[in-house]
Amino acid sequence: MDRNSNKYTFIYAVIMVVVVATILTFVAVSLQPFQKQNVELEKKKNILAAFNVESNPDNVESLYKEIIVDVFAINVEGDKLENVDAFNINLKDELRKPPAEQKWPVYVAKTQNGDIKYIFPLYGKGLWGPIWGYIAFYEDLNHVFGVYFDHKSETPGLGAEISTSEFQKLFIDKMIFDDNGNFVSIDLIKTDATDNNYAVDAISGGTITSHGVRDMLKTCLSAYLKFIENNKK
Amino acid sequence: MFSKKNLKLLTDPINKDNPITVQVLGICSALAVTVKLEPAVVMSLSVIFVTAMSNVVISLLRNTIPKRIRIIVQLVVVAALVIIVDQFLKAFVFDVSKQLSVFVGLIITNCIIMGRLEAFALSNSPKRAFLDGIGNGLGYGAILIIVAFFRELFGSGTIWDIQVMPEKLYQLGYANNGLMILPPMALIVVGVIIWVQRGRNRELIEE
Repeated sequence: MDRNSNKYTFIYAVIMVVVVATILTFVAVSLQPFQKQNVELEKKKNILAAFNVESNPDNVESLYKEIIVDVFAINVEGDKLENVDAFNINLKDELRKPPAEQKWPVYVAKTQNGDIKYIFPLYGKGLWGPIWGYIAFYEDLNHVFGVYFDHKSETPGLGAEISTSEFQKLFIDKMIFDDNGNFVSIDLIKTDATDNNYAVDAISGGTITSHGVRDMLKTCLSAYLKFIENNKK
Repeated sequence: MFSKKNLKLLTDPINKDNPITVQVLGICSALAVTVKLEPAVVMSLSVIFVTAMSNVVISLLRNTIPKRIRIIVQLVVVAALVIIVDQFLKAFVFDVSKQLSVFVGLIITNCIIMGRLEAFALSNSPKRAFLDGIGNGLGYGAILIIVAFFRELFGSGTIWDIQVMPEKLYQLGYANNGLMILPPMALIVVGVIIWVQRGRNRELIEE
């Protein structure tokens, strides 16, 4: 057959595409369980990181089981929702819904001496793409116990600094309610914030990412206000 | 299999026909994934796999490929192999695949691969094409690993994430060089490698 004819070229292309598609489908389907598991482990690792616990792929599962004692979903009214797979709630989708329909996960962690800590997930916008994280509170649901942030594509050395432990440590022991009990969230400011209970130092050169973190904290924590009111000690 | 002629296919790209330092191809990924040794090694292995396999596949098909869609056929083969690599990395070395992020996908556009397909695989037997692919992959990988070694050593004070710069040195005032972590330094390290290589191998110096 003439290798330069249209017919040959066309048939060749069709067969090639079908063969390649079949191979790729097979690979993707057979590897999917492993990939799903990795994503799940990564999430658990991040949750533990907000709880100031370092983990690696080998011990994350057992540490998570030991520390996270309960996971449930709430609505913005602070009511516990039954029959919701709280672990797999996707905040990106929830934030698009009207507030009344939103579902927010709550992770309850227990330290070795029996103290209860609450961990809330966060999701927002950075400069180049999504940023997300987890924030852990003491039982008073006011003082921050620990945070974890990560990002998809912030600038290395600038906005990407939010995923470093140096930056995340700044949040520890900050507060989200002022003396009168008003929700103020945690701001990221330019001036020294060492003695400020409601703010941390923003990242130099990472202003837009810093604003993203500030807005993310405010938006996501607002959804938990009713829950916090009902459950703080 | 390893006659002198065939062996040359394997060794030439590592030294005097190196894709990065002599042909100056595939530079972009060499800058991006060489901050640490581990991603550089995984990236090198991925590229070796893709160059070797795509060379073999194209060489096998070389007498059937319609001329007018030659490049498209090459692209489809390379893209399929890269997706397979990406899926495997996501499944088995998730951490590294996160660090490599888009650069695994960008292997598709790596000039080394298309270059070898056009220049070699289309006119040689699968066996020779395979060796040529491995050789060029190794040539690329060798440079990546050398660059990553120096960048990690001076940029983070570690090798494969193990601290090697002694604590005492830091107490004496030594600090990790932040510039090493940024892309421009990769270019400079590659430049130094080219300089050293040309210094040792006079054949490479242009008139």
